[in-house]
Amino acid sequence: MAHQTRRDFLKTAAIAGATLTGISSNPTKAAQQNVLSENRMGVLVDTTVCIGCRKCEWACKTAHNLPTQPLESYDDKSVFKSMRRPNDKELTVINEYPARSWDDYPTTVKVQCMHCDKPACVSACIVGAFSKVENGSVIWNGDKCIGCRYCMVACPFQIPAFEFEKALKPDIKKCDFCFDRTKEGKLPACVEICPNEVLTYGPREELVRVAHQKIQLYPKRYINYIYGENEVGGTSWMYLANRHFKELQFPALGGSPAPGVSEAIQHGIFAYFVPPIALYALLGGVMWINKNRKPSDSDSEGRHE
Amino acid sequence: MSDNLKPTPIAHKFFTPGVIFLSVLAANGLVFLLGRFLFGLGAITNLDNQHPWGIWIGIDVAAGVALAAGGFTTAALGHIMHKEEYHVIVRPALLTAMLGYTLVAVSVMIDLGRYYYIWHPLIMWNGTSVLFEVGMCVMIYLFVLYIEFLPIVTERFIGRVNLPGVLKRFNNAIDKFLRVLDKGLNKTMFVFIIAGVVLSCLHQSSLGTLMIIAGPKMHPLWQTPILPLLFLMSAVSVGFPMVIMESIATSKSFGLKPETHILSNLGSMVAPLLGIYLSFKIGDMVIRQTFVYLTEFNTASVMFVIEVVVGIVIPLRMFLSREISKSPTGLFIASILVIFGVLLNRINNFIVAYTPPYQFNTYFPSIGEISVTVGFVALEILFFRVLVMIFPIVSLPFASTLRTKFSIKGV
Ligand code: SF4
Ligand code: SF4
Ligand code: SF4
Repeated sequence: MAHQTRRDFLKTAAIAGATLTGISSNPTKAAQQNVLSENRMGVLVDTTVCIGCRKCEWACKTAHNLPTQPLESYDDKSVFKSMRRPNDKELTVINEYPARSWDDYPTTVKVQCMHCDKPACVSACIVGAFSKVENGSVIWNGDKCIGCRYCMVACPFQIPAFEFEKALKPDIKKCDFCFDRTKEGKLPACVEICPNEVLTYGPREELVRVAHQKIQLYPKRYINYIYGENEVGGTSWMYLANRHFKELQFPALGGSPAPGVSEAIQHGIFAYFVPPIALYALLGGVMWINKNRKPSDSDSEGRHE
Repeated sequence: MSDNLKPTPIAHKFFTPGVIFLSVLAANGLVFLLGRFLFGLGAITNLDNQHPWGIWIGIDVAAGVALAAGGFTTAALGHIMHKEEYHVIVRPALLTAMLGYTLVAVSVMIDLGRYYYIWHPLIMWNGTSVLFEVGMCVMIYLFVLYIEFLPIVTERFIGRVNLPGVLKRFNNAIDKFLRVLDKGLNKTMFVFIIAGVVLSCLHQSSLGTLMIIAGPKMHPLWQTPILPLLFLMSAVSVGFPMVIMESIATSKSFGLKPETHILSNLGSMVAPLLGIYLSFKIGDMVIRQTFVYLTEFNTASVMFVIEVVVGIVIPLRMFLSREISKSPTGLFIASILVIFGVLLNRINNFIVAYTPPYQFNTYFPSIGEISVTVGFVALEILFFRVLVMIFPIVSLPFASTLRTKFSIKGV
């Protein structure tokens, strides 16, 4: 429903835009997409088998031409002392949460963009620089972005990062689901390198089924919850864990899409431009009545404005 | 009473100690602004990936738009409700709105990481984006404000075009052009006036919708689906107090007599507006049961209480009192409180309430951010002073305009 209204509104806006400005879209500046394909891909992250080797961090940087230390240096576990977040130089990071008892292992959690099914960033971006594309990736178009950082305000997972220290052409940086690789049929870099098969890449629907199966088969190994299955309307990246996700610092979010309320209000105010035009007509009527009530004054009127 | 008042350029010496002080503040702000363009946002501001928006958005843009609401509220009163007696305040309010929105646009621009792409929203549309809608409305409204100001320019120069030297021969043509322009504007102005009010209602409320998408990142004391309504109501109630405050401040600064009668009439309209705003704010709190957060003692609860008590309840009580609303000082203080309340509300909504899920440090504006914000306010006051001295904006008693030297005492 919400999806439908959004599409409707976009369509109206696009038609109005095309007629008003007479500008037809060209391929590089094409309108953003927000498709929710049946066959969109996803990744299932099984945190119970992650050993915290941080190879995915290295692979991600390498795949995105970000400066990185040699792979060996990633054995250094001291970075786990404090929580880290993805930023403009690291699109994904691993955090470690200490074991709860002597017979337990620490849990390591990979963090990156969740590639929401109803992404707040796509809804919010002022110029439509973000798109949710066919294969499930949420990607950013650097040609459009004006650097307003509203996407950062909107994202419920606090993912988009901004190059604050750049005076010219600062970028928004976030995991792009290795769109350039998947396009060519390759696996996302992090999925490819992971030595323990923590990351399973596949159609999202299938992954949900697999995840439920795993939970059923190993009820002792997993808590009965798939983080991302329903959060903010579902995400392409989903997680399994052996303890409550709150302990792993996942934000507690409901099942309703993050952009839902604001899009409903927005649509209410701008339903085919009826409310603004109605207000205009109303004010015009009031003005006309008031003016005619005092015909003697209307001559001196013009001068004052 | 207003019969013998006429908008007149004020003759007064420009530089006073106050003006020099403001110029220093403005220059200081501009120095930091230069730093922002040379070294990037990160070098001058305390913004980071946890806190994408700071006071340049919270104060300069959000509060700036709200405090420029005097423009559309007085336009609605003077032109749409057609209340003649308020025409003397329409022009100063229009000028403030025009300057205010101009600085809002500049503030947006300096805050944009890629400021040179500020035109992108014009051709790259995103109908679901609240920011897109706010941006478009503000842009069109700014344009409307300039058009509304044009008649003041034509009035100033018709019959007085006097270019020096070689340009002399254009004098006649320009004068003719101005007359045609004036006539055309005169006939069509109502279109722009109504458009201005509609656009204002739209973006004043949408500014409230802006933070709704932040969802649970925003403190529940402020995060509510009726935010757009609250923003519109607070903007409407701060419009007249802004006009009152400015009018009294202008009179003081130029040594004129304040229009106490008109201002207290204006003041009498503030109480009901504030009352409605307060009841919605309290009602929202009761329905969503957010009052439980007031029992905690932290920045959010303290700021919320100050905002409501000092910014709404106390001035509401003051505007209800007969004595206070008859005295310029009383009106001035009550108006300042309302303005403070709305300013604080915008700061609260955009900065205090914003608590990112992963927070390593809290945000407090840097010296550079504060300098630029203060500098812009100083600039706005300076521009206001310059423009009321050039253009017929402030209404002076008719007879005295012939002998301004004697009727205006310098301060
Ligand atoms: S996690 Fe944030 S950045 Fe990623 S798709 Fe969702 S809203 Fe967008
Ligand atoms: S910073 Fe760029 S990508 Fe983010 S909302 Fe603004 S224009 Fe869109
Ligand atoms: S999918 Fe690609 S961009 Fe995203 S974390 Fe993995 S390697 Fe990095």
